[in-house]
Amino acid sequence: MALMRLTSPHAHGPMSTQRVMQSVLLATIPGIIVLTHFFGFGTLVNILWGSIVALACEALALKLRRRPLGFYLKDYSALVTAVLLCIALPPYAPWWLIAVGIASSILLAKHLYGGLGYNPFNPAMVGYVILLISFPIQMTAWAPPRGLGELPGFMEALQACFTPSAYDAITMATPMDLLKQNNSLLIKDLWGQYPQFGRWSGRGWEWANIAFLAGGVWLLYQRIFTWHAPVAMLVTLGLLAAIFYDGGSSASGGSPLFHLLGGATMFGAFFIVTDPVSSAVSLRGRLIFGGLIGVLIYTIRIEGNYPDSVAFAVLIMNFAAPFIDYYTQPRTYGHRKKRAGE
Amino acid sequence: MADVSYKDLSINGLWKNNPAIVQLLGLCPLLAVTGSVVNALGLGLATTMVLIISNTSVSLIRNLVSDAVRLPTFVMIIAAAVTCIELLMQAFTYELFQILGIFLPLITTNCVILGRADGFAARNSIGPSFYDGLIMGLGFACVLAVLGGLRELSGTGALFANMDLLFGASAANWKIVMYPDYQPFLLAILPPGAFIFTGLIIAVKNLIDDRIKKRQDALKTRPVKGAKRVRVTGAVS
Repeated sequence: MALMRLTSPHAHGPMSTQRVMQSVLLATIPGIIVLTHFFGFGTLVNILWGSIVALACEALALKLRRRPLGFYLKDYSALVTAVLLCIALPPYAPWWLIAVGIASSILLAKHLYGGLGYNPFNPAMVGYVILLISFPIQMTAWAPPRGLGELPGFMEALQACFTPSAYDAITMATPMDLLKQNNSLLIKDLWGQYPQFGRWSGRGWEWANIAFLAGGVWLLYQRIFTWHAPVAMLVTLGLLAAIFYDGGSSASGGSPLFHLLGGATMFGAFFIVTDPVSSAVSLRGRLIFGGLIGVLIYTIRIEGNYPDSVAFAVLIMNFAAPFIDYYTQPRTYGHRKKRAGE
Repeated sequence: MADVSYKDLSINGLWKNNPAIVQLLGLCPLLAVTGSVVNALGLGLATTMVLIISNTSVSLIRNLVSDAVRLPTFVMIIAAAVTCIELLMQAFTYELFQILGIFLPLITTNCVILGRADGFAARNSIGPSFYDGLIMGLGFACVLAVLGGLRELSGTGALFANMDLLFGASAANWKIVMYPDYQPFLLAILPPGAFIFTGLIIAVKNLIDDRIKKRQDALKTRPVKGAKRVRVTGAVS
């Protein structure tokens, strides 16, 4: 038997950007299917149109920056940004809304800072927040889930996107909004009064969250990212929700399950917080990074004025990521622990 | 600095040394009030007036004030000029005065004005000082107006709204609506829009400068006629 004659370092082949991005795209599929099932074809149309705009913006930016077009377009990073942003946008959004969001993501948040790998902020979330601040009415218009309203077909969804004036989308307050605006009903009565609530959280929303959780677990299994940041975020969010649940009074912030399976929680935890570029790097740093995002999400959800808070929480913590990295540098083997600031 | 050419002063103030986009002075009003053309023009013109008055008066008294107390003296002159302008605006353009609010008295603290007073007017005679104030002010006002125009256009889809606040009732219908059913892009009017658009204006200015420089370099380094042998020594691999 021949002995292995390899010498150290036993470095394994690094995963290419292209493959990472492809895996992320694949992992979003269950979530997209569930969203389409409950809210109709709006999300799919968003993604189709958003991807076209994203590739065009990426090509334009690369051309202006005199970078090789084919190499960077094929790394799928623009597509990932587009898909993530389009999932976050309300279905049946008008075409210009999507275009403005994608252009802000790709041109402002990514290429102005130097392209993939240099952006301090998550591009998809920058696009989302710019849209939310600029067009609050369109950005909070969510369609009613299946069972509460007529779901438009694919052609109608296209029409809603490209000729917004011809199509009157029916919108309904999201469960997050209802809970925030509620100050007189017990949680149990609130659940009974509004059909938007489901078993644990919002109708449709809970299944979308479970689907994104499944996609995220698959990514974890594929070792696209480590468990630290998403788990820390879910734990702090769940803990805070449990502490302030107070048994379901009218002032309650909602049950832990409501928060874990509501809004963009799972999508944020596994697809946004885990962005390798804009998050903290060390494992301990990722625990802190994710944990603080969970705290911010809960705080802004309860105290803030916006419907959901994942984007704001992530952007605020992106600011802090270099700072966290500075104080959580792992000890090099064989060296004593460096004191901070040394 | 006895011989200051007016041409150099003009180029400096309007382009090469523009207070707003090259020296990056006075950013606070630049970012705060450029939500529309009329606000930007109002503040730009007020700043220009203050610059002219302060530059001229500082130049007049430059030989009377000792070095030790020159800065407090200049600041007092500037504050007096700002107060005059503020009262004038309160009298003639009351609504604009209210919109600009605290940013009118804050012209006193605008670095452009003290910078020009100490850096130029304190060393030059009255003619060039007056002209420098005028040109620097115009350079500042131009950038403000362009920025205001960009932000108003992208923020509301219209241009030159409410110009009557500055130019009287006849200007009330100067408003040009570019797109009838434009969704207001709030970001452009909010403070982040000011940062983004200022950055873009600076980028465009640098781009133009680069182009000009390249053209001049190309003119300078014409290829020398006739072949020249390159000297090669040592091993060539």
